[in-house]
Amino acid sequence: MKEHETDIGNKKAVYAELQDVWVSYYNKWVLKSICLKCYQGEILGIVGPNGGGKSTLLKVIMGLVRPQKGVVKLFGHRPDKHTRLEVGYLPQISKADRSFPVTALDVVLMGLYSRVGFLKRPGNKSRKVAMEMLDRINMAEYAEKSFGILSGGQQQRVHIARALASKPKLLVLDEPSTGVDSVAQEDFYELLAKFRDEMNISVIMVSHDIGVITAHADRIACLNLQIHYHGEPDSCFEPEIMQKVYGKNLNIMVHDSRCATCLKKHEHND
Amino acid sequence: MIEIFSFEFMRNAFMAGIMLSPVLAVVSFFVVLRRLSFVGVGVAHSAFGGIALGILLGISPTLTAIAFAIAVSNAIGYTGRHGKLNSDTAIGIFFAFAMALGIIFIGMSDQYNVDLFGYLFGNILAITGEDLIIIALLGGLVLISIFLVFKELLFVSFDREVALVSGMPVAFLDHFFFTILGVSVVISIKIIGIILVSALLVIPGAAASQITDRYIPMIAIAIAVALISTVGGLFFSYYADIASGATIVILSCFIFFILFIIGRCRK
Ligand SMILES: Nc1ncnc2c1ncn2[C@@H]1O[C@H](COP(=O)(O)OP(=O)(O)OP(=O)(O)O)[C@@H](O)[C@H]1O
Ligand SMILES: [Mg+2]
Repeated sequence: MKEHETDIGNKKAVYAELQDVWVSYYNKWVLKSICLKCYQGEILGIVGPNGGGKSTLLKVIMGLVRPQKGVVKLFGHRPDKHTRLEVGYLPQISKADRSFPVTALDVVLMGLYSRVGFLKRPGNKSRKVAMEMLDRINMAEYAEKSFGILSGGQQQRVHIARALASKPKLLVLDEPSTGVDSVAQEDFYELLAKFRDEMNISVIMVSHDIGVITAHADRIACLNLQIHYHGEPDSCFEPEIMQKVYGKNLNIMVHDSRCATCLKKHEHND
Repeated sequence: MIEIFSFEFMRNAFMAGIMLSPVLAVVSFFVVLRRLSFVGVGVAHSAFGGIALGILLGISPTLTAIAFAIAVSNAIGYTGRHGKLNSDTAIGIFFAFAMALGIIFIGMSDQYNVDLFGYLFGNILAITGEDLIIIALLGGLVLISIFLVFKELLFVSFDREVALVSGMPVAFLDHFFFTILGVSVVISIKIIGIILVSALLVIPGAAASQITDRYIPMIAIAIAVALISTVGGLFFSYYADIASGATIVILSCFIFFILFIIGRCRK
């Protein structure tokens, strides 16, 4: 993992880039002068407080929110119809209808529709890919179950499988671990790392769990209105940066059993 | 049995009902999934404005009704997405507007012998051979086009945002859907009537959803519900000598309640 971080320099392709992006809702800035790069083959973690603009930032990348100012580039150029095929997205709050008459497998198949193409139906090959993906997320036994009867966490896993199914070059995940139990979370992050290593894909992932981010992200961006830090996770935990990003209630964020850096810092302080 | 088919108007009514059933059922499947039940009501009432315009201008009321229904249906869809209105409010505005226009058009026309009542409540006596051709053509078009974009429509109904980012033509599909909704409403007006037609844009899909949670069986059951309601309703209304549209709707409601109870019991 270390060597992975170090060779992200100028060699690697930039898969997602924001240049001086500004976004406002009702005359209030929610993103100010955002510059961000996500390289090929890295997991970029985004942390920040509630309302800090993380979801908005992802929506800008996905083209769901148009910035007032600034440039978004995917795979080196302006997003168009073709780039969409290469991006998988998992929204923070799924607007999917719980009582929808589909199976878990049907939902994962939807992730493949754009690959299947207009006027065509997903065939056996797509089914196989979708099944594989459900299997990797440990949901294979639920493939033929109705989506509506699954638990919230199981549904989230199905959504994750849907986002991964088309094997996108860039995965944009808004709090993917919401409602997913910790064993499944570990599996999921391992799966992400595997995807990154096998297929050299990039992942942009928002999480509130700093422990998770330090353990699994190659680089990190701390966001609260502006980007306060953009780099490797370890040095993010400078008190000044944390103070800027999270304000006074910093301790809430710093306590985390899995976060070695944070623990060290605490021992230091005590 | 034989007697009922010896009348041409009954034969026409049965043919119309049998052709309309799958159209209404498939559209109702999406209406229920997208929670657009009241759009059907609004669009049907707005067709009244179109019919009145057709009468005023002395051209085919079906044509003007289709134009009105498609326009209002799309307007409801558009404002629902873009304005700060929810579609409920948009329906309330547009359907009142189209109805009011209709009343003014009727007042302006000097034809007092038009069968407005027939349009409002349905009149199977009025179904001509020409109507059957229109139903066959437009109904067939609706079914074929839904079949062609079925997976995209399904995805958009399930999760708009994700469908949009994965490259589904969401805006096109919305307008497509609102257009076929308008067409389906208008071609069903003569048999069921403006006031009740929206029932068949909701009940078949809603009834089917009570007893299955798979989409293909759901569509099949919706078609069966629509067929049993229209064919059974026409028979019953003929022998009991009551309004056919209302009979069809009441029969479909009964079927809904039965499936609702079956669905409850199985849980
Ligand atoms: N559709 C919207 N309309 C108006 N304001 C919005 C909208 N979406 C977000 N905002 C505002 O933008 C700001 C950033 O919201 P955003 O959802 O991006 O935050 P976030 O960092 O994802 O927060 P969370 O951790 O709670 O998910 C908030 O102040 C919010 O009120
Ligand atoms: Mg968010």
